[in-house]
Amino acid sequence: MADKKRLFENIVHGIFLILGLVTVACVLVITIYLIISGIPAIVKIGPVKFLFGTEWASTAAEPKYGILPFILTSVYGTAGAIILGVPIGFMTAVYLSKMAPKKVRAVIETAVSLLAGIPSVVYGLVGMMVLVPAIRKIFHVPDGSSMLAAIIVLAVMILPSIIKVSLNALDAVPPEYEQASLALGATEVETYFKVSVKAAKSGIAAAVVLGVGRAIGEAMAIIMVSGNVPNMPSLFQSVRFLTTAVASEMSYSTGLQRQALFSIALVLFLFIMLINATLNFFLKKDREK
Amino acid sequence: MENKKTNLSRKIFIYTMKTLMILCTAITCILVLSLILYVFVKGIPNISWNLLSTKPSYIGNNIGILPDILNTLYIVLASLVIILPLGVGAAVYLTEYAKNKKVVSMIEWAAETLSGIPSIIYGLVGMLLFCQFFGMGTSIIAGALTLVIMNLPTIMRTTQESLKTVPQSYREGGFGLGAGKWRVIRTLVLPSCIDGIVTGCILSVGRILGESAALLFTAGFAHAVNGVIDGLASPGATLTVALYVYAKEQGEFGVAFAIAAILMILTIIINLSADLVSKYFKKRRSL
Repeated sequence: MADKKRLFENIVHGIFLILGLVTVACVLVITIYLIISGIPAIVKIGPVKFLFGTEWASTAAEPKYGILPFILTSVYGTAGAIILGVPIGFMTAVYLSKMAPKKVRAVIETAVSLLAGIPSVVYGLVGMMVLVPAIRKIFHVPDGSSMLAAIIVLAVMILPSIIKVSLNALDAVPPEYEQASLALGATEVETYFKVSVKAAKSGIAAAVVLGVGRAIGEAMAIIMVSGNVPNMPSLFQSVRFLTTAVASEMSYSTGLQRQALFSIALVLFLFIMLINATLNFFLKKDREK
Repeated sequence: MENKKTNLSRKIFIYTMKTLMILCTAITCILVLSLILYVFVKGIPNISWNLLSTKPSYIGNNIGILPDILNTLYIVLASLVIILPLGVGAAVYLTEYAKNKKVVSMIEWAAETLSGIPSIIYGLVGMLLFCQFFGMGTSIIAGALTLVIMNLPTIMRTTQESLKTVPQSYREGGFGLGAGKWRVIRTLVLPSCIDGIVTGCILSVGRILGESAALLFTAGFAHAVNGVIDGLASPGATLTVALYVYAKEQGEFGVAFAIAAILMILTIIINLSADLVSKYFKKRRSL
């Protein structure tokens, strides 16, 4: 009887262990699949030619597969979104955490989570109908579908992550720090920016890195506003990102072109893993305190 | 004199920072408000019964989003049915069973990695794995399975968080009465972490509704009306994918905005219900 019971408990334990390991298996499968399907094209094209080639003409008679324009566009686009989005998100977070009345904070927090929940295609649609024509008119360029439009859309899309993570970090600053600073004669605003922000800096760094990850991985919103031409990056030109390069050609690609798309995904994946590692580093540092 | 100068620069610092803070908060609020208003103003007039209840037909020159609504429903249900046991089970393992710290940190690392991977990569791997390797073809079920991997960390995290708040004394009481571990989990631990599971489900539904890049190559863009069983096996566009196709490929902006407005309403409902659920359970817990 006791043996039977123990056996039963062991089986249940085993089942839960398997369920727990599903996530690990998923990560392994994704990594292995991306490497297996991404390597052949890189080898065939040549790693240097693939990574540093400046021309992408996958459907030409003599196809060229250089993804430097995509890499640079993704890097510049993400940097632009961070430059625009981080200050706004950071300032909003400081205000909400330290100065806003409780009710105001609750309302704005609801609004921010709503912003996080809006599907990316809706951002894309609004960007397409509002931002793109506006850019065309304001800057007198022939086509508003450009890097700038993508940067603005990305900046709005990363706002909620930046606000939420910095808010958590700022809320976790021990009130004693602030009280000590106030007692030494610093005003409230000085305390927030010179004491609280410093104490929360690794959490805020994590927020920025999370924003980078979100921006570099976004596909559907920017495919609708960036024009989707494989140019080298320039603010007012149509550009193609790593993500949109995969999304735009996948449905009709064959042969080497298809393999090259998998290689682009592999490059994107490597970027993401790097960003994840950085994020974990900052989060760990934040927790250690 | 020196003192006055520093006082002035302090004052300037304080006022600039204050203004910047309020300005940035205002920008955030205006962004949210104008986005919602714009989508509603452009979209709601285009929502009609005809749009909601018919399927598109080239001959009848009609555009309807009924198939897309059904597909979205199927994909949400299918994903949740698969994801619940997986996510809750993993969370239970982590909090109740796991003793080996290395295993725990490995699983947690995996979950964090999964939540950082962009959806376009899920789409690619889902296409390779489910559509091609397992031979499901482009179908709703392949899309749902892809979304399961994507949302696993969400359910896991919310369940885990609420499992951690289940008082240790519940478990000890159960063991003291002679119950086995499984019985304690089934009858005491799981019922008291129901709030985390419900919150996780709501968050996942929100993410599934908004997902498009992962579904483009796994679930496809068909617009046929199907029953549940046929629907799962055949390709179909969800609302988000339909929005993308109508806006980008067909230039039907009226329909696109109508779908956007519907998605916006659903997002608002989901956010509100997530708030309500967490408030409700907090109240119940404090009793």
